[in-house]
Amino acid sequence: MKITLKVWRQKNTNTEGKLVDYQLDNVSEDMSFLEMFDVLNDSLTRKGEDPVTFDHDCREGICGTCSMYINGRPHGPQTGATTCQLHMRSFNDGDTIVVEPWRARAFPVIKDLMVDRLAFDRIIQAGGYVSVNTGSAPDANEILIPRSIADEAMDAAACIGCGACVAACKNASAMLFVSAKVSQLAILPQGQAEHRERAERMVAQMDAEGFGACSFTGACSVECPKSISLDHIARMNREYLGAKLASDNVQG
Amino acid sequence: MKLESKIPEGPLAEKWARQKFALKLVNPANKRKYDVIVVGTGLAGASAAASLAELGYNVKAFCYQDSPRRAHSIAAQGGINAAKNYQNDGDSVFRLFYDTIKGGDYRAREGNVHRLAEVSVNIIDQCVAQGVPFAREYGGTLANRSFGGAQVSRTFYARGQTGQQLLLGAYSALSRQVANGKVKLYTRTEMLDLVVEGGKARGIVTRNLITGKIESHSAHAVLLCTGGYGNVFYLSTNAMGCNVTAAWRAHKKGAVFGNPCFTQIHPTCIPVSGHYQSKLTLMSESLRNDGRVWAPKSKEDAQKIQKGQLKATDLAEDARDYFLERRYPAFGNLVPRDVASRNAKNMCDEGRGVSKTGLAVYLDFADAIKRDGQKVIEAKYGNLFEMYEKITGENPYETPMMIYPAVHYTMGGLWVDYNLMTTVPGLYALGEANFSDHGANRLGASALMQGLADGYFVIPYTVGDYLATIGPADKIPVDSPAFKETEQKVQAQINRMMSIKGTRPVDDLHKELGHIMWEYCGMARNAEGLQLAKQKIQALKKEFWSNAKIMGDAEEMNQALEQAGRVADFIELGELMVDDALNRNESCGGHFREEYQTPDGEALRDDEHYAYVAAWEYQGEGNPELLNKEMLEFENVKLTQRSYK
Repeated sequence: MKITLKVWRQKNTNTEGKLVDYQLDNVSEDMSFLEMFDVLNDSLTRKGEDPVTFDHDCREGICGTCSMYINGRPHGPQTGATTCQLHMRSFNDGDTIVVEPWRARAFPVIKDLMVDRLAFDRIIQAGGYVSVNTGSAPDANEILIPRSIADEAMDAAACIGCGACVAACKNASAMLFVSAKVSQLAILPQGQAEHRERAERMVAQMDAEGFGACSFTGACSVECPKSISLDHIARMNREYLGAKLASDNVQG
Repeated sequence: MKLESKIPEGPLAEKWARQKFALKLVNPANKRKYDVIVVGTGLAGASAAASLAELGYNVKAFCYQDSPRRAHSIAAQGGINAAKNYQNDGDSVFRLFYDTIKGGDYRAREGNVHRLAEVSVNIIDQCVAQGVPFAREYGGTLANRSFGGAQVSRTFYARGQTGQQLLLGAYSALSRQVANGKVKLYTRTEMLDLVVEGGKARGIVTRNLITGKIESHSAHAVLLCTGGYGNVFYLSTNAMGCNVTAAWRAHKKGAVFGNPCFTQIHPTCIPVSGHYQSKLTLMSESLRNDGRVWAPKSKEDAQKIQKGQLKATDLAEDARDYFLERRYPAFGNLVPRDVASRNAKNMCDEGRGVSKTGLAVYLDFADAIKRDGQKVIEAKYGNLFEMYEKITGENPYETPMMIYPAVHYTMGGLWVDYNLMTTVPGLYALGEANFSDHGANRLGASALMQGLADGYFVIPYTVGDYLATIGPADKIPVDSPAFKETEQKVQAQINRMMSIKGTRPVDDLHKELGHIMWEYCGMARNAEGLQLAKQKIQALKKEFWSNAKIMGDAEEMNQALEQAGRVADFIELGELMVDDALNRNESCGGHFREEYQTPDGEALRDDEHYAYVAAWEYQGEGNPELLNKEMLEFENVKLTQRSYK
């Protein structure tokens, strides 16, 4: 296959970037999208040009590191998949593909296609946990959790924290990411003791990071590589409202 | 060097309890006077950092990823073992201990493995309390499945994403301590050297991957939780960034390296499709609970399949060879990984492989789907089937999966004593980074168990003993000569790499190394091939230092420079792996020397001469490493030829 790439190149956070064209003539359809970038970088290096910087690690769709905005869609044309799971058989010979980084104020570009997603870590630090020290747990089977509850918690917990939801949202809202964690712990009995405070703190941190508001268009869920459901946003809103009515813990 | 394993006296089942009592304690008010560095934030690192911070120590945690949540533990699929015996099927701490020792082909320490089995039950409790959504039965109790090398169901799981859920649990505990101010997190930061002064580990020198800045960090103790070195093979199931650099540079500062040639080749991975391939994807071992492994009985059928003239589903039942079930009726498709891998390789060597390359066998779910219905199979393995289809473009509900073995895990690693301390006082190694618990072959679902055992339930006790012994004043500042010298050495190596300005991209050199390792030090090894590999690796080292090409600057984000440092270390490690494989004139577990096999092709151990840990000591650039031996003593199990028939 012959592919034309238009790739966002930006030296660092403080400089301006632009799209640069690259022509690839020998692309196999069994190649993964990132392997095509490996081939591109190999040829750029041999020619004495700077290779393209992009985030990637596990290359099997679970670590959440890869983050390319491909032809206007986070992780490209497939649904329910990350960039690293995308293969060139999803494209046609002669295609032009535009590749950009995640675009959001809370995700500044580090270089080329790589962005800073530390805001997500700070949101989890604000309350995305059950406060239990090592060694103080009861026997695992003392907490009975019906299968349907465990399954729903698992659906939420499947989030890989890649940030596609933010990239997909016209407001760059992080609601799907935040709600996945709030919802997982709100469903499970282990999360009950802190459920009100958690919703308040995590939402407060999300706002402080500069993510936009949610207008419930559902783009995030469609583009989410783990297909996290909008139900979790609904549950988080309920948690948050309940917390605002009942708790006197947190400002904001 | 005299290696002291420090395994406590007394009956096996009492050793850990006795040790816990014998270890010195740091009183609660004094813990805040100690600093601990944790490198790596996977299961071992995140659990250790969180647990030590909870106790009151000041922790600095480092990872090369952009977030601690992305460490490669996240990719573990199938499950985590624990001797809970919730299924009432005859499991016990002793049975888990026994299975692990036997599975490791009698090359692990009894004391360590028994402790691992003991604390396994606490791990499940801890993870459930954190909100890890393990699979459940309808009544709400925990569900289990079985894994290779065991005849009981003791594996706990969260769909096909067990590693992810356990890591997110540990990450959440870590995040809580970051919020409490007890852990300071350094992401996109790579450890490039260990600082040793006065015979003790004093801290580390790091590179900030975004700015390129070289920095020093001082502490009372350093914990390496940096995972395995499977990427020495270039193609493996490891993440692209997994590397040996932290462990290797600690090795060059005095930490001896245990059993480097013990590598695990996982039988169920998606086969290689082309030369551009960057990584291999694992299909969880849990699939072997329901999938049946087979190859065509005749070479002629296999050739037709390779050419695309015949499909798997065209082959009648009596034209298929379910070779694992045939050869190992007791364990069937659930034999340990090394056995399954070698058998698949043999099929392909005989010309009975499938796929275009002839390097694959089938993993077939047709019977399971017929028996349980597609819905049940989908509930168990849905995400794995999807993953397979995305990569290969084939639907495994309709046509059997094609699988081939791939490098997956490294049992070798930094040598540690019972307290997880390396031969450098104050330097510890946890999880896959150490060599200790899996012998020559790791059983499925035991890596997650070991990582969390080390981090949650071993290091919080053992590190306190060292800290109490040295006292809070025994720490040196980052502007002391030892740190400055190390910084200069790190900077000099970076400058040297940037100034090579050759013609070959680093990735290309890495590929060549991987090819050498896979060809001569992979699933099967022999003395002749290993000798050849040694020469090839030495030539590659010269090629690297004279012809590598790295674009960009060192004072900015530079992924090629990061990889160059890692590849330079992999090349040196590769040579040591070959030396180790040459030294071990026996076959055991994942180490299969073709010269040493039973008449029916099983690994043939030599307990009289090789029941030891090969612990290699660095002797300076260009000198052969010195072999130290820690003899393994077996008091509770009888060494037998491993049989899964």
